[in-house]
Parts: sequence; C-alpha cells; structure tokens
Amino acid sequence: MDYIDSGDILNEGDRIKPRKIKQAIVEIVSDSGEGAQKCGQSFGAISAKMGNGVWTVEIIPAEIQPPARSREGASGIRVRIGSDKVTNMGNHADLVIALNEQVLYGRIRQDAYNENTLMFIENKWAKSEQESVRQQYSEALLKFKELGIQVIEISMEEECLKLMPDPRKGKNMWILGLLCYMYDRDIPKAENQIRKIFKKKTDEVIDLNIKLLQAGYDWARENLPFHYEVTPMDVDDDMVVMNGNEALSLGVMASGIELCSMYPITPATSVSHHLAEYFERVGGIVHQAEDEISAIGFAIGASFAGKPAVTVTSGPGLALKTEFIGLAVMAEIPLVIIDVQRGGPSTGLPTKVEQSDLLAAIYGEAGDAPKIVLAAATIEECFHFVVLARKLAESFRTPVILLSDANLATGVQPFPRPKIDPLWLTNPIDQSPWKDGAWPFGWDEKTGTSKRPIPGQKGGMYTVTGLAHGQTGKVAYDPEINQASVESRSRKIASFQKSLKSPKINGDPEGDILLVGWGSTLGAIEEAVADARAEGLKVSSLHLRFLFPIVPGLVDIFKRFKKVITVEINYSDTLGHPMVNQENRRYAQLAWLLRAQTHMDIDCFSNVYGQPLNPEKVLKMIKRELKIENSEVKV
Amino acid sequence: MLVQTHELCSVPSLDHDYGMEDYGKGVARWCPGCGGHSILTTVQRVCKDMQYEPEKTVVVSGIGCSGRFPHYMGTYGFHGLHGRAFPVASGVKFRRPDLNVFVVTGDGDCCSIGAAHWVHAIRYNMKMVALLFDNGIYGLTKKQTSPTSPLGTHSNTHPRGSVLPPINPIQTTLGLANVSFVAQTVDWNSAHLYATIRKAAEHPGLAFVRIVQRCPAFMRDLYGDIAVNPKNLILLSHENGINLKPKARQAFGRVIEHDPSNIHKAREHAEINNGIPIGLLYQNTDNARYDEYGAHNIGMGVEEKKQNLESLLDQYSTSNSV
Ligand SMILES: Cc1ncc(C[n+]2csc(CCOP(=O)(O)OP(=O)(O)O)c2C)c(N)n1
Ligand code: SF4
Repeated sequence: MDYIDSGDILNEGDRIKPRKIKQAIVEIVSDSGEGAQKCGQSFGAISAKMGNGVWTVEIIPAEIQPPARSREGASGIRVRIGSDKVTNMGNHADLVIALNEQVLYGRIRQDAYNENTLMFIENKWAKSEQESVRQQYSEALLKFKELGIQVIEISMEEECLKLMPDPRKGKNMWILGLLCYMYDRDIPKAENQIRKIFKKKTDEVIDLNIKLLQAGYDWARENLPFHYEVTPMDVDDDMVVMNGNEALSLGVMASGIELCSMYPITPATSVSHHLAEYFERVGGIVHQAEDEISAIGFAIGASFAGKPAVTVTSGPGLALKTEFIGLAVMAEIPLVIIDVQRGGPSTGLPTKVEQSDLLAAIYGEAGDAPKIVLAAATIEECFHFVVLARKLAESFRTPVILLSDANLATGVQPFPRPKIDPLWLTNPIDQSPWKDGAWPFGWDEKTGTSKRPIPGQKGGMYTVTGLAHGQTGKVAYDPEINQASVESRSRKIASFQKSLKSPKINGDPEGDILLVGWGSTLGAIEEAVADARAEGLKVSSLHLRFLFPIVPGLVDIFKRFKKVITVEINYSDTLGHPMVNQENRRYAQLAWLLRAQTHMDIDCFSNVYGQPLNPEKVLKMIKRELKIENSEVKV
Repeated sequence: MLVQTHELCSVPSLDHDYGMEDYGKGVARWCPGCGGHSILTTVQRVCKDMQYEPEKTVVVSGIGCSGRFPHYMGTYGFHGLHGRAFPVASGVKFRRPDLNVFVVTGDGDCCSIGAAHWVHAIRYNMKMVALLFDNGIYGLTKKQTSPTSPLGTHSNTHPRGSVLPPINPIQTTLGLANVSFVAQTVDWNSAHLYATIRKAAEHPGLAFVRIVQRCPAFMRDLYGDIAVNPKNLILLSHENGINLKPKARQAFGRVIEHDPSNIHKAREHAEINNGIPIGLLYQNTDNARYDEYGAHNIGMGVEEKKQNLESLLDQYSTSNSV
C-alpha cells in the first residue's frame, strides 16, 4: 500500500505539504486506564466536525483490569476516517500507536495489522530497570519487523515529562497532537474538543492538556516524514456524531417514552447512563430495578397505566424477561424492549459483539407469542428505530424488540441531525370516558387490532390477565375462544407485515450471489460487495431491518440469484466436519429463519470470534464461493 | 361525600356517591369458607368508604388463589405473573400518582418466587396497600409446602412433614430497609380486618398487611387451635394503632399496649408464637417515598421537551463550535 511511501512528499519551507489520502485507519492501544479511548474518540470527533466520515470501535480487554503489559490486555480504540461516509471498521490498520509493545501481540492475533501497518511504539521500555522488560521489548520489535511491519520508536514519556511529572495521565493528549499533525486536523477544533472532555476539570488541567496537544503536534512536525490530508466531504446537512448507545438513549427521549426501567448489564448499560444524565429534562425518568424481571414488570405496569416505557438489556437479561414478554403479548400491552446483544450463551463474552439473540427474541417465550422484532443497522437507525418501535408498539398493542449489538453500542458515526417531530413527544394517555359497551379486546376481524382502555378512563375498567381470555377480557377456557384469540394476536402481526415494503437491493437485482445481513454488519457487507463488484463479480446484498414479521417479496428476490448466503455474527456448523452433514447442520439464525419462511436453500457465513465483521473476510468468502483462485486477498 | 385522603390519592368526585356495587364484578370462585371472600368484601367496603373512583383504582395480583382477586373487583385490575405483582404495581404507581393501588399476593407468591420484589417494594415505599393472603400453603396448585407453612406441615411435596422452619413475613418485613407500615390481621374478624385495611389505605407509603387466611381445602390446621379459638388472638392496641369499638375488643382474650412507632417492640411482638398478635406493629410516615421521586417531573409540555431535546442534540452537533 502506498500509504507510507513518502516519495512524493513535497517540502514547503520546513513544512511538508500534506499528501491527500482517501481514508485512514488508526489504532491507539495501551493497558487499560491510559486514556487511549479518550484520545481516539477525540480524534474521531474532531474528524467528524471537519466533515469526514468516521467509524470508531473500542478495543476492550476481556478482563476489567488485566495485568499491565499483558498480551491479551489491549485496551484502546480503532478510528477509521474517510473522505466519504465510513460504515465499518475496515480491515487492517494503517497506523497503530502503542503505549507498550506487549498489547500488540493480541491485536496481531486478531488480524488487526499487516505488513502495511505502521507502528509507533513508546520506547521507554527499552530503558526499563527490569531486564525482563527490556528483553521483551527488543524481542517484540524484532518479531514485528519480521512480520514486515514498519516500527518507529518514540519517546512519548520523555516528551511529556517536559510538561508534567506523571505522563500516564497526559500522554493521550500528546498523541492526539501527533495525530492532528499527521492527518492535518484543525488545531482549534482539537482545543475545543479538549475543553469539552475536560469541562468538569479546572482551567489548569485544560491548559496543561492543550499544551500537551501542541507539544505532540510540534514534535510530529519536527520529526515525522508523514503528513496526510483526508479531504472532508461537502455536507450541507447539519450532522450529529455519537455512538449507538447514545443514539438509542436520544431515540428514547425523542420517542416520547417516559420511563426507562432497567437493570445494569454490559453492553446495554450506558444507554441508561446517558438517559440518567438528561432524561428528566425531557419529561422522563430512569428506574434501576432490583433485577431484569422486575425491570420489565415495572415497565409493563407503567405502560398499562398509559405511560410509554422501555426496558433496555442484553442477552442474559432478555432471557429473564421472557415470561413478562409473553404476558405483554397475551395482554396486548405496548412496550419497547431494547436488546444490545453480546456474546453468549450465558455470561459469554460481555463486551464483545454477537448476533445470537435473534431467534430468542422472535421465539423465546413459552407458548405462541408473536411480536415485532426490529434490528438497527447503523448508529442513525439506533435513534430512529426507537421512535418507530414505540409507534409500532402502540399501534399494534404489542411488545416490540429492538436489537442492537456491542459493535453499534460503542461505534461512533456522524449522521444527519434528526428532525424532532413534536407529535413523537405527545403523551398518548387518553382519559376520556371509554366507549360504552366497547370490549377491552375488541379485535378487528380483519386486522386483529384493538383499542385498549387505560386506568383513569371511566367505564373502561377491565382486568388484565395472562390467562386465556376473549374479547371481553374475561378469563375463558372455551376452546373456540382460545383458538380465536391466539389467531387475532397473530393476525395483528400479519396485518403489520402487509404494510411493509420489499427491501432494497444493494447492487444488481440478479446475479451469482446475494448476501443477506442484519444489524451492525451492514457497512462491512456493503463494502465487500462494492469491492467484489469493482472486480466484476456478480454479487449483491440485502439488509433486513424487520426480522419479524419478515418483509414481503423475499422469495422473488432470492430466486434471481444463483446462491443466497446470510452473513451473521453468530454460530453455524461448517460442512466438512465428520460429525456435520446436511441433515444435522445447524444454520446461522437468520438463515434458519429465512429457510423456514421461504422454503429456499439458503446458506450462511457466520462465526463467533467476538469481532466486528470486516469487509475483507466477506470478500474472501465471496471469492471462495465463486471459486476464484489466486485471489488478491491474502489469507 | 368527601373523604380525607393523602395528597397523592385520587380526589373523590363530589357528584358521585359510589356504592358497594360499583366495586364488585362477577361471582368469586373460591372454595366455600375460603378467607378470600371476606377479604374481598372488606376491600370493597374500604374503597366505598374512601369513595375511591373505580376507574382510578388498580388492583394488581400475582398468581395463586389470591391472584383471582382483581377479577372480582369493579376497578381496573392486573392479574399478572406468579410472584411479580409488586413490580407491576410499582410501575403503575411510579408515574400515575393519581391512581389508588392495591397489591394482592399469596405466601408463595410473595415470600417465595417473588421474595426479591417484596424486599425492594418495601424499600421503594410507594403509596399502595399490599395484602399478603397467608394461608400457609400453596392453594391453587393443590397443597405444596409454602415458605410460611409451619414446621412439620404434611403436604404433597413433604408427605412426611416439612423440614424447615417457616419464614415469618411480619418479622421479615420489619427487618427491611425503609419499612413504613406493617400490620397483621385475620380474615375471620371482620371488624379488625376492616379497620386494618382502612388504616393501610390511609398510610402515606407502602402499607404491608399480612392477613392470616383460612384455607379449608388444604390447610385446616394452620396454627392448630390458635386459629379456631378467638381467645388466642392477641390484640395490639394503641391510640395510634388500629382501633376497634369497645364491643369488638371484648372478643380478644389478650390485649397488649403497643406503640407502633417502636420498631424494636414491634419485632418482639412479631415473634409471639403462643397466639396471633394482630394490629398495627409499626408505622412511620416520614420515610422516603420512591413514588414522589418518580412523579416529580410528570406532565411536562411538548414545547419544553422539544426545546431541551434540541439543546441536547446541539451538544452532539458537528457544527457546534464547542
Ligand atoms: C412461573 C410460575 N411458576 C409456577 C407457577 C405455578 N403456581 C401457580 S400458583 C402457585 C403457588 C401459589 O401459592 P400461594 O402464592 O401461596 O397462593 P395461594 O394459591 O395459596 O393463594 C404456583 C407454584 C406459575 N403459575 N408460574
Ligand atoms: S384452595 Fe384454599 S385458598 Fe384456594 S380457594 Fe380454596 S380455600 Fe381458598
């Protein structure tokens, strides 16, 4: 890659003229607690403010406090910036800045770097008092060089010591300065960013960090032969930049929901943190319940009483909520349930991405409990889908599960500023007298929908029950009534499906391969498809937002491709193992669903490495499927 | 008719005079002689005397024989999940301080499967009346041991007698953080039952009432002859407690003066085991109330919400200079 080729860098006095590049992938990694994420988030925010496309992914160690300098202890962030919209984390990093060399091993194992990656490594370890550390350091450098990686050692600590006695707390802003020079970022925007992140700190702290920023910038200008410009986009739209969990929390506030009832669970918890900060100023409140069961019960109680509510959780919490979800289906109580998925089963991989809750969300309850299941594919959708989910919940008098995942949760991306419709914020609570003689479950014969009485409405008094009941709401064990009521609840979902449009295809409407994805993999899949198409391959893709009910028109679309493959971050058996055959093969969850719904032979590509999908892996799979030998992509 | 109620109860309307018929619905399908019948009538009477608007009253129950209760009330009702009446009721009350909320729960429902919610509901101390129908057995599922079954109870799950000492719900509740009202009564003394539920309805917080309930179908011998002989009821009496007319007091063999502000004495009385102490064990009207926190910003206008939301979005805007 030409990224580090400085052949055409022009001298302009003592400054080098920045070279234009279309995109850059930068990582900052360290032991946890060294501020790498703050540095990367700031770099992303500054870039977004300059008009660049941005995507960030946090690098989180599995342990909360891994020992210092441990190989699997990398904590940090990847930031991908581009001249165009950036939709995923990309493949290999162009630059990684490491505060110690050990954490790089884990990242190398995760295939984050290749021979085009440039490494900046803190070199204080070379002078460590401990011989073992000095030795580890020199061994690592040798090893990285063997892999063909260009390593530059930098005395970051020493440089920062010139400004402060304990650089552990300041190095990150020095690095930010270095990055600002290297990618030609606006220094005033960077200073403003520092003021923003340290707004609760004293002026001295802010001044010191601005000095560190400037020092990093100056050092880079003197010492680095690299200087790039990632030209910003021309966007007229007013943009906002945030991560998926912030977008979910803003979506909750904009949807008119008044209560978030939750129990802490990674990676969903920060949604409630953001809400706790601000919700009360927009008429809402957060309730931290004693457990997930209580959290959803509380939300259902509020919603029954006419106050729109959401409960936010992740896989293990979703499992605990199933009995109440069944009740909400049975008693037709509107409710939004947000599941920010993580690795499972059980406690699984709490901080890592997985898309394994799809079937649990659709089919998890005992008994027949149809409901609406949606999945956000972008940060922007994290916002808008909460508004949508609340509306659907009320229109169809049903729980709606909105799926997000750990990748969207912490990924940062700019998107057009939402236009808040005051209608979203109006309180739906109707306290006018209930229509005389109307039943609490007056199911429309055709659509299965009905209007519900809300406490406070005169004449509407009825008793919610999870027992079988008919239109009158009274407990009924009559076989006909049970058949009819289960049918009505199912019909509601069917009538909602009728209102959906057939999904858009990315690429040509026919070809050799159609990839079908859902959730946070959108960007990686579409980038892989674009790369494949650029090489002349007949590949298209389709991304589903409505998972249940399934959108119309899929069979017609699928028929026009030789092969349909779902791409998912969950488990599936791979054919080829002696124990696995066509009969017992377990499919990825969307593939399973689509096979059942379309009766078509749909294949799947999925894994559970706990990593966001990158375009290269998808491209490789496409080529393997099309049996293209000598593919340019290296394994 | 206007009745004195706490500020967060619904204000009874003047143009209505609700009668008993406004609070009833259907025919209760409990066994003959079941304690449920008298509790139902008593709750309806209290609602009538408080002139609660039926549409502003919500009765939330769990699952069990007691869970059927809301179906027989002319109010709004919520017959939810086994053990989960408290979370639902708390959710109803949190943002609707105008609603009168009752919780009806059984001993299995409250003290076993829903025990976590019981602990926390006491701590939330939201204004509602919680009635524990304690028959010392699982009724609906036909005679399994309950956590309140006396040691040695013969049941279908312990045919040779239960092996663990029971939970004493009163004693347990008195040990919970932020407890504000604990009373005990029995279903078969209607004067005391009424006075207790009435006092509970007037309490500004969560009023926990354990009702010792007869279950002739499966638990004839709960407390042996203590239950049969009225002389075995021990009346806890105080001017701030649950007061009975002098005639009604005469039925009691023993009367103990007990100041309900004294939690230590309350805990002592809770442990009496040679009779059933009934009355108000503890009351404190100054405890923190989670429903007051929950309701502090209800009813905000759309304009204000939108304005504040826009300024929050400003903080995320890329065109924002800071
Ligand atoms: C999740 C769940 N587990 C078990 C049951 C079965 N069940 C229904 S009621 C009950 C026990 C009821 O006992 P108690 O709460 O003492 O009430 P009672 O019937 O005696 O009034 C059980 C175990 C259920 N409905 N739901
Ligand atoms: S089984 Fe017991 S508690 Fe249940 S209705 Fe019959 S008498 Fe009442």
